[in-house]
Amino acid sequence: MIKFDDVSKRYPSGHEALSHVSFALDDGELAFVTGHSGAGKSTLLKLIMRMELPSSGQLVINGQNLNKIAREQLPYYRRTIGLVFQDHQLLFDRSVYDNVALPLQIAGYDPREASRRVRAALDKVGLLRKETQNPLALSAGEQQRVGIARAVVNKPSLLLADEPTGNLDPELAVEVMGLFEQFSQVGVSVLIATHDHHLISRMRHRRLQLEQGRLIAGSPVQSQVKSPVKGTH
Amino acid sequence: MAAQRDHRPRTEPRPATAAQPLGMFAAALAQHQGAAVDSLHKLLIDRVSTLLTCTVMGIALALPLALWLLLQNLTLLGTGVDRTGSISLFMQQDNPAALHNLVAQLKARDDVAEATLITPEQALQEFEQKSGFGEALAGLDENPLPPVITVEPASDDGAEVTALYEYLQTLPGLDVAQLDLQWLQRLQAAVQLASQLALWLTALLGLGVVLVIGNTIRLAIANRSAEIVVIKLVGGTDAYVARPFLYTGFWYGVGGGLIALVLVEISLWTFGSPLTRLLTSYDPAFQLGGLGLQGGFLVVVASGALGWLGSAISVIRHLRAIEPR
Repeated sequence: MIKFDDVSKRYPSGHEALSHVSFALDDGELAFVTGHSGAGKSTLLKLIMRMELPSSGQLVINGQNLNKIAREQLPYYRRTIGLVFQDHQLLFDRSVYDNVALPLQIAGYDPREASRRVRAALDKVGLLRKETQNPLALSAGEQQRVGIARAVVNKPSLLLADEPTGNLDPELAVEVMGLFEQFSQVGVSVLIATHDHHLISRMRHRRLQLEQGRLIAGSPVQSQVKSPVKGTH
Repeated sequence: MAAQRDHRPRTEPRPATAAQPLGMFAAALAQHQGAAVDSLHKLLIDRVSTLLTCTVMGIALALPLALWLLLQNLTLLGTGVDRTGSISLFMQQDNPAALHNLVAQLKARDDVAEATLITPEQALQEFEQKSGFGEALAGLDENPLPPVITVEPASDDGAEVTALYEYLQTLPGLDVAQLDLQWLQRLQAAVQLASQLALWLTALLGLGVVLVIGNTIRLAIANRSAEIVVIKLVGGTDAYVARPFLYTGFWYGVGGGLIALVLVEISLWTFGSPLTRLLTSYDPAFQLGGLGLQGGFLVVVASGALGWLGSAISVIRHLRAIEPR
């Protein structure tokens, strides 16, 4: 689970990207992080990935205080998180299969076990038949799904997605969101940064709404925000 | 597969890190193997630039290697020659009676094993036979050659020979006293000096090789920075990220070492026989030695190590800077 406790992030430029953010996300819970670009969504994800350190406050993920993780421990921490990028970040010098297998190779899995997991993940996103292709040969939607397969192949306990539907048409976006819901149903905590209100309004999930670095809705006290979205656009 | 598709909630909580079916050692071995094979594969795909880099290394290594080989051969030169340096006394006077008298005096000394007089006539005869200048010499009005007494020292100890040599230089009627193996001593001194030079050259060119590889790897790191970011985000350790680059450096080194061997072989092949001809004129027993199989293997391994080193320096300097932003 994720626990933000009065977390602020001020960049060296002086810009305060997050200010006094507190919330908790349970195991198996799916939540959206919304807000304008620049509202602090990316910073929030970067803090969880430990790409940045908070300027103040505590951030505890799966019982680990991120302020106290040594640099050498960082890779092992990151292996417990699946990350889906907006621009999928696939490697074009290798096949779809090898892209998805990358986290398992890194973690030192037995090739047979890895192969089983890669195929299961590709099957899950419906791309098992494309495993030998180069990601360049796939459509944008397929590339995004390969990125999702790579994020979940290591069975992470937390799945982060940064604008995962940003480059997809509405139909594909719904499909991708459906995948995320399925993962949350098996106990994976899922946090999705998006400004796709269309999609959010169609799905009954908690929304963490950021505005100028402040969490204005979705904090622990008001965990289910049902009111229609106003004034965010 | 069925179990994977069935995504109903499980009762037990998911462990933070999934158990790794492979042991630490087996996993590390598999990753090393993968990195070694992958990096070699990548180098072979980009054949032209790989060959260029290896050739630069090869040339830089071949130079000190060839010099070292030459020096090694020169060090061996003269080991076949009788170390007891005889001393030649070139005399001014040619009074035969006085010369015979002097020879007898020298023979009587404890530190002299043998003393022999070579009269100008004998010397001329010998010279005519050996040099092929017979006709030219026959045209001369008088014999230009001086009488020579060769003295064989009783001891082959350097200090005693030198002492005798110094005494002989004080003989009356002497023109020049020459220690016959002085050329050998001078050569050895020159070889020693050149060895120092070769050491310097090796160090400098070795440094050059390390820098060339370091720079090549720096470019490779820059080219693959996107990949490095992804690998770091999905939990790749610094060692995992560094490994392919280290192996790339190693392979460059091995390639450079092989090219250096080929270059040295070619130069031996080209210069070998004239060099042997020159050197056997000093030492008939001289044989030009190559690197041999063991030496060649050593060169390739050392070159691989240099490549690894260059890569390691570059990796330490540049890899840490590439962090997910």
